[in-house]
Order: sequence, then structure tokens, then C-alpha cells
Amino acid sequence: MSEIPGELKYSKSHEWVQIEDDGTVLVGITEHAQDLLGDMVYVEVPEVDSEIEVEEACAVVESVKAASDIYSPVSGTITASNEALTDSPELVNSDPFGEGWIMRIKLADRADLDQLMDATAYAEHVESEDH
Amino acid sequence: MPYIPHTEEEVGQMLDTIGVDSIEDLFDEIPASLRHKSLDGVPTQATEMEVTRLMHERAALDGQPLCFMGAGAYDHHIPAAVWQITTRGEFYTAYTPYQAEASQGTLQLLYEYQTMMANLNALDVSNASLYDGASAMAEAILMAVRANRKSKSKRILMPANVHPAYRKTAEAIVTNQGITFELIDYDHTSGCIDPASLPTEPGDFAALIIPQPNFFGTLEDVNVLTDWAHKHKALVVGVVNPIALAVLVPPGEWGESGADIACGEGQPLGIPMSSGGPFYGFMCCKQAYVRQMPGRIIGRTVDLDGKPGYTLTLQAREQHIRRSKATSNICTNQGLMITASTIHMALLGAEGLERVALSCHDNTRKLIEKLTSIDGVEVVFSGAYFHEVLIRLSAPVPEVMRALYAQNILPGYAIQDDYPELENCLLVCATEMRTDSDIETYASHLQRVMGK
Amino acid sequence: MSSGINMLIFEQSRKGRTNPSQAPFERPELTGIPESLQRKKRVVMAETSEMQTVRHYTRLSKKNFSIDTHFYPLGSCTMKYNPRACNSLSMLPGFLSRHPYAPDSMSQGYLSCMYELQEMLKDVTGMKEVSLTPAAGAQGEFAGMAMIRAYHDSRNDDQRTEVLVPDAAHGTNPATAVMCGYKVREIPTNDQGDVDLEALKQVVGPQTAGLMLTNPSTLGVFERQIEAIAGVVHEAGGLLYYDGANLNAILGKVRPGDMGFDVIHMNLHKTFSTPHGGGGPGAGPVGVNERLKPFLPVPMVAYDGDHYSWVTEKENPQTIGRLSGFMGNAGVLLRAYIYARLLGREGMVRVSEYSTLNANYMLALSKQKGFDLAFPDRRATHEFIITLKRQAKDLGVNTMDFAKRLLDYGFHAPTTYFPLLIPECLLVEPTETEDKETLDAFMDVMAKIEQEARDDPEYVKGAPYTQPVRRLDDVRAARELDLVWKSE
Repeated sequence: MSEIPGELKYSKSHEWVQIEDDGTVLVGITEHAQDLLGDMVYVEVPEVDSEIEVEEACAVVESVKAASDIYSPVSGTITASNEALTDSPELVNSDPFGEGWIMRIKLADRADLDQLMDATAYAEHVESEDH
Repeated sequence: MPYIPHTEEEVGQMLDTIGVDSIEDLFDEIPASLRHKSLDGVPTQATEMEVTRLMHERAALDGQPLCFMGAGAYDHHIPAAVWQITTRGEFYTAYTPYQAEASQGTLQLLYEYQTMMANLNALDVSNASLYDGASAMAEAILMAVRANRKSKSKRILMPANVHPAYRKTAEAIVTNQGITFELIDYDHTSGCIDPASLPTEPGDFAALIIPQPNFFGTLEDVNVLTDWAHKHKALVVGVVNPIALAVLVPPGEWGESGADIACGEGQPLGIPMSSGGPFYGFMCCKQAYVRQMPGRIIGRTVDLDGKPGYTLTLQAREQHIRRSKATSNICTNQGLMITASTIHMALLGAEGLERVALSCHDNTRKLIEKLTSIDGVEVVFSGAYFHEVLIRLSAPVPEVMRALYAQNILPGYAIQDDYPELENCLLVCATEMRTDSDIETYASHLQRVMGK
Repeated sequence: MSSGINMLIFEQSRKGRTNPSQAPFERPELTGIPESLQRKKRVVMAETSEMQTVRHYTRLSKKNFSIDTHFYPLGSCTMKYNPRACNSLSMLPGFLSRHPYAPDSMSQGYLSCMYELQEMLKDVTGMKEVSLTPAAGAQGEFAGMAMIRAYHDSRNDDQRTEVLVPDAAHGTNPATAVMCGYKVREIPTNDQGDVDLEALKQVVGPQTAGLMLTNPSTLGVFERQIEAIAGVVHEAGGLLYYDGANLNAILGKVRPGDMGFDVIHMNLHKTFSTPHGGGGPGAGPVGVNERLKPFLPVPMVAYDGDHYSWVTEKENPQTIGRLSGFMGNAGVLLRAYIYARLLGREGMVRVSEYSTLNANYMLALSKQKGFDLAFPDRRATHEFIITLKRQAKDLGVNTMDFAKRLLDYGFHAPTTYFPLLIPECLLVEPTETEDKETLDAFMDVMAKIEQEARDDPEYVKGAPYTQPVRRLDDVRAARELDLVWKSE
């Protein structure tokens, strides 16, 4: 069973969301997701200042055998992208909830957060997908 | 049975193993109503002897005329070794190197190809081929729209002196994705795009296409054009002749920062004209855009023991993994053609390629001198040229061409259908294959025909 | 070793070594070209002798598996024997030196072959007209979908935005639909390998431009409900596209035109035995029924009973246009023509019969040897699927390991991990040109590898051992891109 930190929110497409005090959220992919994808070879991060809609494909993580879109769990504006991933995509594998974060988004509508799952619900979601 | 090794006895054993009575039983899942009875539209079988005779007769019908025609396919010398090695079964009958360990021959060769092409274009990377020059330009346009992160525009600036068939191909392939073309007229004196005529406020556009040489054979001021496009945040796609690159400034060195993508027709590098195909399209680009490049790409890596080896890489761009989000739908490429091209470039080397290029240029210069000494023949455009020139005849071109065909000469390509304003003009070319005596033959026949 | 077999041609280079006889001896001046347009630095190429070059590439060729040297049962690729006559006869001087813009009067030999090929392909597919110009299967698919779009556009039917694609389809299908400006909707497959007809009925509608279908499908079975599927799609105003990847299985037995398809492409490098060339060139002619005829890509060839001539935009103003500079892969088309003449109508039918016999024989042997099949209750077409899910779970030896170990025994691996629907799968396509001994030997080796996997799984996972390299580090290849050799 992979790690699912209790303080984070989760989307069905396996992104995690960390809510910050300044009205932004930090987004990455879960340990479970990186495990499915395998060794990362490239991460395409979004352009800072671009506007995104909830569930819009805004980044790409790429392993040798698969490329997967990252869907934004919320609507808003990209305020930062993790440039370190350009040279070290493996951070998504080694530290998915920390150094492997993908983007920071300034929320357009806090109500988007209500649509996300908590850790318990996400654990069940992962469980159900395995079958 | 031709190409089927089964003996009657074996067929019986195999059917027993399967547990059916006849081969016909194996098709029992096909609805009976759909079953087809006979193929009357296909001739009956023939022996290799019979087909050999037939094909010799057909090939002889087409003859081997003296060729002064270019327009996208060029008559160059190909060393004997090129196709003897290329058609070795190990290259000819392998497929895409999915099992890298059992395909190191093809893979290493393709890595060498990528190196040669990148060097020729002075760009960072090359893919392992597209179908041909025209479809490569179409793919380059799609790539430029994806790769240009400074512009969301789907507008492409397309000079009117890009090969007409290339423009038609690009339109057929890219316009379904909402990409639009804006035609830039050529300067009617020089035959080139006049940089001074370009707008100071061109509006948002994704890329400028720059042909070098252009379809008329004249040379564009690539440096100025490249800088102009970059100033307006557009990418530059060079459409280039690879033989010319031995002596012309390569796309990667155009202007301040170089073209972003270069593509073109690889045929001049070791591929026979063979009715226009199979040829291959090459494509090179700056490192920053490699993930937007379509087609197969080979990378060097190491094996479990740390020994160097080659493998398909960046496959996550491709259709078999990304499906509807792939950079292109291309799967099969022109592997055998670039096998030939790689061997061709290795045999010629830089010195050989330069001498071929210089001879093409020199022979074309001689041809033009001879032809323009005939009354009623003049050069149309003032621009510098590499190995193709547009000439205008005072006589109707179709009649002149017919008369020269009768002498077993391909006198050039008439461009009137594509450029109505260029009536009675003929695009002529002399490669390194044309001797002084060939040129004399052409000139004397032309003079006779024109004098009538 | 002075010219070590792993060295790149560039590493064998010696400054000043040339092959003077391969280019004119003279070095004329470059006159009239401005300095600013001239190349400053000489191109970096290898400087090697002719013999060195010949030896290098001959040696490289020996590091390949190929049909001429090995059994190559790559599913969905139809790796059958490529008759040598097709190569030598298509490379006769008259064909090789023909300029693509040579006049009709100097092209009757070539044009007659192309016209006859068009006619033969019409007959074997049951379509009304054929254009030979697409350069490969994927380009044929593109032409097909572009014609479907042109057809709807010509009727001002602009609400058709979706293309339906079964989940078992080749990746080129969805990629092509997107290139033609369509959204893709996947249709599930049922547990017998047929399209889920109920699911299809639910998603088909006025927004459906068409359905792309491979039949026999990539799952190695014939789609039995094809008439019903065609009915559902046509009822909704959509068109039916046939992916000809597996035409080899049904040649002369059933025709796409009779199944109800409106447009098809054929892979001549599969069914008509033109070479695969280490990745191409292929050829992907398209065939259409009556209503799509005006949209066929140009050029095509016409015959008035006396004279062969080109059909271009002039004659077909509604064409989707051109897909390459000239007429696609002309030399590949010649090879297919020669192959078709050699086989004749008698040989065409034998292609599907014996490729199907070989596949079903291997399927039966697989059962005997205890391998699990993806569709054990179905007939194989010209290919079938073994799933190694059980071996992967119980022994820790997966499909990739089997594939690599097969190389050690001198067999190219079947297609692995495709179609994506079947876990740990091997898609096996023996083709009609393989003999029984080879099929027996292959299945014996499969059983032997399974035994090895029981006795010493680590050994199998370390395969191959006999190839020029062992397993390659794909992650490193993609992370630390090394695509071009650079001198120190």
C-alpha cells in the first residue's frame, strides 16, 4: 500500500492538492500514480501565468512506456512551476509529495476544493481501481 | 505452391492437430453471406520467368532520357556499393527495431544517420525520417504550431515560391486542424522573397517557411528572413536541399540564432528518382523542440553490462503510446531509404558532397550560358542560384518540350500550370551527372527547335 | 581490431581519407553566390575508404534479425518472405531513372503497372475505386478519414465531430482521427473479442462521423457482427472505415467492400509482401465505395483503352489533395504489382488459407503445451494471442522476459504488450511462408523457456545473452538524450 498523506486532498486522476494559507494550492501526482507510470524520464510543466480550468490537461509526465496528462484539480492561474523537474524528472518518483511537486495554482474558486477527496476516500478509490 | 512451403502430408498433420477436416473450416466464423467466390479481376498466376520478361518490356518502354529536369527529384550519381549493401536481406527484410538487442545494426546505422543529418543542417537533433520532403514540411508545420510556446497562433506564413506540390501536400495534411496559410508573394525581379516587402506589423503567426533554394532555384536571404521571423516571436522552418547544404549556410546558422526546424527531401543523397518514390523526408531541430518532433528517434545508451548500445527513444511522443495525443500518426517511416542515404554520405564524405554540389552549380552555370546564347532564351530571375534556373522561351513551351522528348531529352519542368504569370517558362537543372557534351546536345536541339 | 565492430563510422575516420572516384575530380568555384549565403565550416562527415565503409555497413547488417535470416512472427506486421524478384525487377534501369515529372509518353510502362495494380486492388477489396498514393498505412488512414470529413463537409453536415474507435485499435487510428480534426471516442470490446454492440449503439448518433475498424481485429479474431455494426453506423449517418492491417487473413475469402465498409486502406508492406526495410518504406493505398470516389487523393492513373495518363486535381476537383510530392512510394507499388502478378488469383487465396492454417496450428500447439490464450474458444485468424499473465504472477517472468529469451534461441519475438487490452500478451503472426518445422521449433522453444522460468527465473530475466548487447537502459536513453554523436 502506497503512502497517502492525511492532510492533502486528492482527485480521481491521482493528483494531490496541498492547500496553502496564501490562497494558492500546490499540486503533484500521488505515490500510487508514479508507481503505475514507472521511472519518469520527462516532465513538462505549465507556463507560469497561464490560466487553467478545472480538469484541463496542463502538464505531462512521461516514462519510457507511457505519457500521462496531469489534469488540474482546480481552476485558476499558475503562479509557479517546478523547474527542477526539467533536469531531474526522477524527483516525481523519489519524493512525489515533496520535491516532486509540479505546479502552484492561485485558486479562482475555493468551491473547486469541495469536489476533491480526502485521504480516506482516495484510498478507497485506489483500492477500487485495482480490481 | 509459390512461396508456401507446405507439403500435402504436413497440411494433413496440421489439420489433425487443430482438429478440423479442411482449411476451409478455419473460416467458419465469417458469416456465409459475406464469403467471396473468386477474384476474376486478378490475372492468373505467372512464373518468375514470365513476370521477368513482362517487367523488362515495361521498363524498356520508359527509356532512359537525358535528364535536365529537377523540380524536387534530381539525377545524381549513386555509388554501386550503396544499394548492394542496402538490399542485403538483413536490412531489406527487417522491421522497425522494436527488439533493440536484435536490431543493433539498423539502430546504430540510424544513429549515424541522425548525426550526419544534424551535422549537415547544423542543428542539434534529427529524427529517423518521414515519408518525403513534402509531407515532412507538413509535419514541420504541425510541429512548429505545437512547439511555439510564445504564440498560440495557427497561422503560417508561406512563400509562394515554395514547391507547389509541397504547398498542396501541406494544405491537405494540416488544414483539418485549423491551421491557415498566408501566402507571401515573391519578388518578380529576383524570384526571391524581398525582406523589405515584409510587413513591420505582421500580427501573430506561428512560423515562417523559408525555402533554400526556392522552387525557382534562386537563393533566399535566409539570414534576414530568419531574424525577421524571430523578432516577431515566430519559429523558422527551413525547407532545404541537402546537396546544396554542402556549400550553403546551413539552417542552424541562419541569422542570429538559426532556423528552429529544418526539413527537406532526402532523395538527392543516394536515392534513385524512381518515379518519385520511395524517397524520404528529413527533419532536424533545435534540442529544445525535440519532444515535439514526429517520427522515430534513436538514442545511444548502455546495456546491463555498461556496454554502449542503441534503442528507440522518446517513444512516449508516438502514436502507439500516446494514441490520440501523439505528435503525429506516423508509424512506418522510410528506414531503407535512409539506410541507403547513410551509406551514400559515408562513401562521399564531406569532400565528395562538396565536389558534387560545386559540380552541380558549375554545370548549371554552363548550361545557362549555352542556352541563353540561343535567340529567344532568357533567364527569368536575377537572384543567385544553386543548381536550378528558370528560363523563358520565346516559343510555346509545350511544343518545344514535345520536340525535345522526341530526341530523348527531358528539357526541364514547365511551371505555367502552377504559376500562370510565368508563361512559357522552363525550370532547368544540370547535376554533376551532366557532361559538357550532354549540355551541347540539349543546346543544339533546343536551338534547332527554337529556330523553326 | 582496427575497425572494431562497435565503432561508429565517425570513430573510424582518418583526416584526409577520401573516395575520389565517387564524385567529380574537379572542384569548380562557387560563383555568383553571396558570401553571407555560403557555408563557413565544412560539414562533419566520416572520412573513410570505400572498403572500410562497405565493411562497416556489411558488419552492421549482421547485427540484425530479419525475415531472410530468422523467423519473425511479429503480430500485426505480416513478416512474410519478400520474393527477391520483386526487388530486382522493380529496380530495372527504366523504372529507377524515370523522373516523376516525365511525360506520359515516356511513362507508359510504369503507368500501366500502376493502373493494373489499382484494378487488382479494387477486385480483392470489393471497392469501387483505388488511389495508390498514400505512402504508408498511417497515411492511408489519414486519407481515409480526410475523405470521410470531406464527404460530410460536402453535404454541409457539420455536426459530425466524433470518430469511434474500438479500444483494441492500433494507436494510429486515434492519432489519425485527431489529425483530421475529430474527437475520439473509444468503444469497448466484449470478452469474446468482438465489439460491444450495445455500447456502440449507445454512443452512435448525429455527432458520429464514422467508425474505424480493423477486421480481423488486432485481437486475432474475425468480428462476427460486422453486418450489424455497419448497420448501426450507417443508420446514424456515419461512415465505416476499414483498417487493412490484417487483410492478409482474408484475402480472397471476404472483401471489406462486401462487409459494408465505405473506405479502406491496405498495407502493401504487409499483405503484398513489399519489404519492411528496417522501418519502411511502406505503401498504404486507399479504396472507396461510390460515394467517396470524388474525394480520393491524387494522383491516380487512368486508361482509355489505348493510353495511360495521370488523374490530377483537374479531373478530380473535389479531391482531398496530395499527400506527398509525387505519387507516394512508387517503387514499393511496383514491388506489390510484381508480387500480385506472381501470385495471381490462385495465389492470393492461398495467402489467407495458409497464413490462417499456420496461426491455428500454432494456437493448437500452444494449448497442448499449456499456454493461456486470450480467446481460447475462438478461431485464430492469421494471428493469435498468448497471455503470460499467469507466468508473470507465479514465476515473476513476464512477456518481455520471454521475448528477450526467444532472441537467444534465434527467433524474433512476436509483438509484445499489444493490444493494450490483454495483459502480458504476445501477438503471434507466423504468415503463410513459414514451414511446419519452424512453427514446431518455435513452440518447443516457448515451452523450454517456460521450463527455464520455473527452474531459474533470474536467468530468463537476464536474457538475452547471445546478442550484440544485453538489455538496454531505456530510462537512461530517454533521460540523458544522446541522439547525435559528437567528437571530443
